[in-house]
Amino acid sequence: MTPVERLGRGIMWSAAIVTVVFLMTPLVVTVAASFGSSSVFSLPPPAWSMRWYERLANTRGLWPALLVSVEVAAFATIVALGLGTLCAIALVRGRFPGREGVATFLVSPLMLPGLVVGIAMLQGFKAAGLREAYTSLLVAHVIITLPYVVRTVLGALSLFDFSLIDAARTLGCSYPTAILRVLVPALGPAFLTSGMFAFLASMDNYPISIFFTDGWTKTLPIQMLQYVEENPDPTIAAISTGLVLLAVLVLVVGDRLVGLRKLADF
Amino acid sequence: MKAWRDPVALLAVPASLYLLLLYALPLLWLLAKSFTGAEGLTLKPYIEFFSDPFNWRVVWNTLSVALWVTLVCLVVGYPAAFALARAGAALQIAMLVAIILPLSVGVVVKAFAWQIVLQRNGMVSQLLVATGVWDEPQRLLFTPPGLVLGAANIFLPFMILPIYSVVKLIDPRLLEAGATLGAAPVYRFVKIMLPLTLPGVVSGLAFVFSMAVSMYVIPSLLIGDRFQTLSTLTGRSFLFMRNEQLGSTTAVILLALAVSVVVSSSWLARRLGSRA
Repeated sequence: MTPVERLGRGIMWSAAIVTVVFLMTPLVVTVAASFGSSSVFSLPPPAWSMRWYERLANTRGLWPALLVSVEVAAFATIVALGLGTLCAIALVRGRFPGREGVATFLVSPLMLPGLVVGIAMLQGFKAAGLREAYTSLLVAHVIITLPYVVRTVLGALSLFDFSLIDAARTLGCSYPTAILRVLVPALGPAFLTSGMFAFLASMDNYPISIFFTDGWTKTLPIQMLQYVEENPDPTIAAISTGLVLLAVLVLVVGDRLVGLRKLADF
Repeated sequence: MKAWRDPVALLAVPASLYLLLLYALPLLWLLAKSFTGAEGLTLKPYIEFFSDPFNWRVVWNTLSVALWVTLVCLVVGYPAAFALARAGAALQIAMLVAIILPLSVGVVVKAFAWQIVLQRNGMVSQLLVATGVWDEPQRLLFTPPGLVLGAANIFLPFMILPIYSVVKLIDPRLLEAGATLGAAPVYRFVKIMLPLTLPGVVSGLAFVFSMAVSMYVIPSLLIGDRFQTLSTLTGRSFLFMRNEQLGSTTAVILLALAVSVVVSSSWLARRLGSRA
């Protein structure tokens, strides 16, 4: 190996190590801070304790916010799975002009600044007479989750062999039964992974949700940011650790379903 | 064949209609309203915006932070994407977990963690003192370098993954062929690897830059009100200052920036793709 090649390799492997350490830092710090006894986040903490978890039970506003977030995310994900799958089928099977344009349009909410989309929707909803925060959240979050579903289901469908449905029908299945027993199981992993990531994206959204909150309706990230700004103590770290745990769960399920490498497909 | 003759096309209608009415229309309306004054079409809000030196400062803050974030992500992410494609099973799994796991954790959680990391006695400060770069601990929180570091951390996966997706498709025999033909390592990299990975680099740059331009939660937590960006100014004018005029103007500028990055990068990626 020439010195130049050795240098190249050195850069590559150091970048790998730096990446792993750098990317895991915020997660490790969050978990460590949540089990520390100190309230000023000194790391490593002087002693370990569970006191911040004990506080969670009576942290004001936390549980209602979590409930709102879970309800909104569940509703938006289910609606997006329905709308998105139908649309993906049309894009793969249909013969109409502008299919690529429709696909780009459906994924575009991912690429535009969330804050701008939020403002536009706020004004649009107001003009249409929709002023209620909770309903607005439900309507808006479908637009956040839809791109994830369309992107993943579109990818899975383009690999699906539609003649299998004809085969099932030749073997005596009715059309709906053929769809249910052939297409749905084949798309299962795509439904689950896109559903999970859509759910997480909705749970995490701040810049759109912020325009659809009032005194009673707040989503979890909005409530959390308010805590961080008002009285930052490791209770936030304890909540965050719960969210990290949820992410670990999603990763494990995703790995079992489609494999880590497939999850990294872009 | 006309669209209405193909019944399968109708399945696309519900989702498209939903987005058209509740997302595209409001965006177009926001755009149209920002160009209409009391007496018809006008550019007045934009002229007013750009005649205030403070706002130039805001635009400069936005672009310079986004460029720095993109640069840091490229410098770390480009070689990391190669490592991810070439690594053995154990390191590859570690890297994939480190890349995908943070993507599933909310941005509020990560930005909050960076508040801890960037404190005066935080990890970065301790590291820099231990390695002799700094003589004494300093606070990086609420400074531009701290913001760049935190944002680069949060967006790094969006640089690595698109580059990785092209690197893993490159046939290693191409480099061997280059070597057999007598090309030196640097020449091989510049003439073979760089052009082949360029489409991935372009889309990584576009992802990171457009997200860094429009980030809102990260600067709110890592730098605060004294350092305004287009995004934080837009949020503040709607949420706290109740100045919808200013907010709409900055929102449209942000939108124009994001759309031009997306459009030009996809054009560039297509051109590079067709040439490769």
